[in-house]
Amino acid sequence: MNTRRVAVVVRTELRQLAQARDFWGPMVILGAIFFAVIPTSLFLTITQIGDVEVVGKVSQAVEVLPESTQSQIPDASPEGRTTYALAVFLLAPIAIVVPLTISTAVGAASLVGEREKGTGEFLAHSPAAAKEIYLGKVIASMVPGYLTTAVGFGAYSLIVNLLVGPEVGGWFFPTRQWWVMVLWVLPPFLAITLSIVLRLSGRVRSTAAAQQASGLVTLPLIGIAYAQATGSMFGAARTGWYVGALAWVIAVASLAGGMRSVRRARLLGVADGI
Amino acid sequence: MTSLPERAPADPVVLLEGVDRSFGEHRALYDLTMRIDAGSISVLLGPNGAGKTTAIRVITGALGVDSGRVRVFGLDPDDPRQGEEVRRRCGVVSAKPALYDRLSGLDNLRYSAELHGMRWGAATRGRVVEAATRFGIHTSLDAQVGGYSTGMKTRLALARAVLHDPELLLFDEPTSGLDPESSLAVLAMIREMAGDGTTVVMCTHLLLEAEGLAEQVIVMEAGAAIAAGRPAELIRGFWPDDAVRLAAEDPAGLAAVADLPGVRGVRPADDDPTAVDVDVDHLGRIPEIVLALTTRGVRLTRVTPREPSLEELYFAVRRPHLPGREAADDGGVRLAAPGASTRHDYQEVGA
Repeated sequence: MNTRRVAVVVRTELRQLAQARDFWGPMVILGAIFFAVIPTSLFLTITQIGDVEVVGKVSQAVEVLPESTQSQIPDASPEGRTTYALAVFLLAPIAIVVPLTISTAVGAASLVGEREKGTGEFLAHSPAAAKEIYLGKVIASMVPGYLTTAVGFGAYSLIVNLLVGPEVGGWFFPTRQWWVMVLWVLPPFLAITLSIVLRLSGRVRSTAAAQQASGLVTLPLIGIAYAQATGSMFGAARTGWYVGALAWVIAVASLAGGMRSVRRARLLGVADGI
Repeated sequence: MTSLPERAPADPVVLLEGVDRSFGEHRALYDLTMRIDAGSISVLLGPNGAGKTTAIRVITGALGVDSGRVRVFGLDPDDPRQGEEVRRRCGVVSAKPALYDRLSGLDNLRYSAELHGMRWGAATRGRVVEAATRFGIHTSLDAQVGGYSTGMKTRLALARAVLHDPELLLFDEPTSGLDPESSLAVLAMIREMAGDGTTVVMCTHLLLEAEGLAEQVIVMEAGAAIAAGRPAELIRGFWPDDAVRLAAEDPAGLAAVADLPGVRGVRPADDDPTAVDVDVDHLGRIPEIVLALTTRGVRLTRVTPREPSLEELYFAVRRPHLPGREAADDGGVRLAAPGASTRHDYQEVGA
C-alpha cells in the first residue's frame, strides 16, 4: 500500500469536489438546515416565545428518558430543562444524518462516475493499485460529510450555548457524550457505510443506479447509527466508547473486504457482469 | 524483497502468446499472439470490435487474461507488483482523452505525475510545463479542461502520457474526433516521440494514419492477429510479383499483353474499366511491354507501376475473414453465421 498515492487520490478527489458548486451548494444548505435552522427555531420557540404547549409535550418526552440521563439535566426552569434535554439528547441524531447523507452522495458516484466520464481508463492504466484508489475514494467521500458535521457542530454549539445557556446557568455545550459521538462513534459508522457504498459503486452500471442502491444500504445504516448514537447518549457514560469501539472493528473489517474486492477492470466498465 | 525480473536486450518489449480474454459470451481476444520489439512503431489495424483496445488494456495489465502469456518488459502485468512497474513505464492515450473536466490542465497533469511517483515540486512542475509546451497547450494550463476543445484535450492527453518519460507508448485511436489538421499534428508528434527511441504501439482503423508510420502492422480480426509483419514484407508476401497498370483507348487491345515475355498474370482493374493490372517478373519489363503493345497498334493512355498500399494489403488480408462475405474456393460467397465472433465460426450458407 503506497500511502502517498492514496493521499494523491484523496487530494485530487477533493479538488474536484471543491470545483463542483452544484455539489457543495446543497451540502451547505443541508448542514445549515439540520445544524442551525431546526435547532434555532425549536429553542427560540421554547425559550423566547414560551409556548407552554410545546414545553409540556417535550417535558413528557424527557420523562421517558432513563433515570441516569434525567439526572444529568440541571435544575432549572421547565423551559431550561426542556431545551437542555433537546439540545443534548434529542437532537443528537443530526450529527449522524448529515454526514452519512452527504458522504453517501459523494461515494455513490465515485467509482461508477470514473467509468461514466471515461476517466476510469486513465486510472486503470496508472500505477496506482486498485485498493489504493478505493481507499483514496473512501477517505475523499468521508471528508465532505465529516467537515460539514465539524463546522455544523461548531455552529450548533454556539446556538445551543447562546439560546439555552442562559436558561441553565451558562455555556455547557458540547458535553462529553457529544465529543465522544462526534470524534469516536461517527467516523467508523461513516467508514462502514462508505466501504459498502463504494463496493456498490464499482458494480453498478450508472451513477443513478449507484445512488438508488446506496439509498437501500444507507437507510438501514442511518437507522442503526441513529439508534446507537441515541443509545450511547442516553446510556451509561461508557456506552459511547463501547459502541464506537465495536463500530471501528466492523469498519476496519469492512474496509479491508472492500479493498480486496475492488478490481482494476471495474474502472473500465468491462468486467464481467457490468 | 525479491527483485523484479529483467528483460534481456534481445527480448521483445511486448510479448503476447496465445492470449484469450472473454466478457461473458463475447470473445474479445482469441489466441492472440504478438511481439513488439524495442524502439519500433507497431500499428494494430482492424475494424471496430476487433480487440485492439482490449489488447492495449491487457498489455498494461488494466485487464487480466483468461489464458495465454503476457510479458511486458519481461514482466507479468497481471501480477500486482510487476504490473505496477509495467504501468509506471507505460504511457497511454485512450480513444477518449480520459481527463477530469473539473480540474485545470495543470491539475490533470499533476495527478498523473504524482500517481507515477513524481513528487510535486519545482522539478516536476518544470516537467509538466515542458510537456505542455511540447504539445502547444502550455498557455491553457490554468483553465478548466471542461472548456477545452477536442484537439486541446487530445494534446493534453498526449502531454500527460509522456510526462513521466515512458519507455512504451500506447495510443488507442489518438486522432479520434479530431479535424484533419489536428490529426496530422498528432501523428507528427507520435512520429517525433518514436524518434526519441520510445517503443510505440498505436491502434487505429484509419489506414491512412498507419501508412508511412508503421514499422510493423498487426491486422486484427475478431480478437485474433490474422497478419503481422513489416508492411513491405507483408505486401511482398501477398503480391510476390511486381505489377503495372495499363490503360488504353480500346481496352480490348490489352488482351495481347498476356502473351508477352515476363508477364505472370493479367486481370481487369477493380476500379477502371479501361485498364488491366499486369503482374510481371520485374519492373524492368515495362518498356518492352509498352513497345510491344504500341507496335501492335494499341494506343496506351496510362502506364503506372503498381505499389500496393497498406489499404490494399489490409483488405487483402481481411478478405477471407470479412464477416459478411467470404470468397469461397469455388467462387461462391459465404456469409458469416449470426453472432459469429471468431475466425472459425463462418459457415457456408450459399454459393
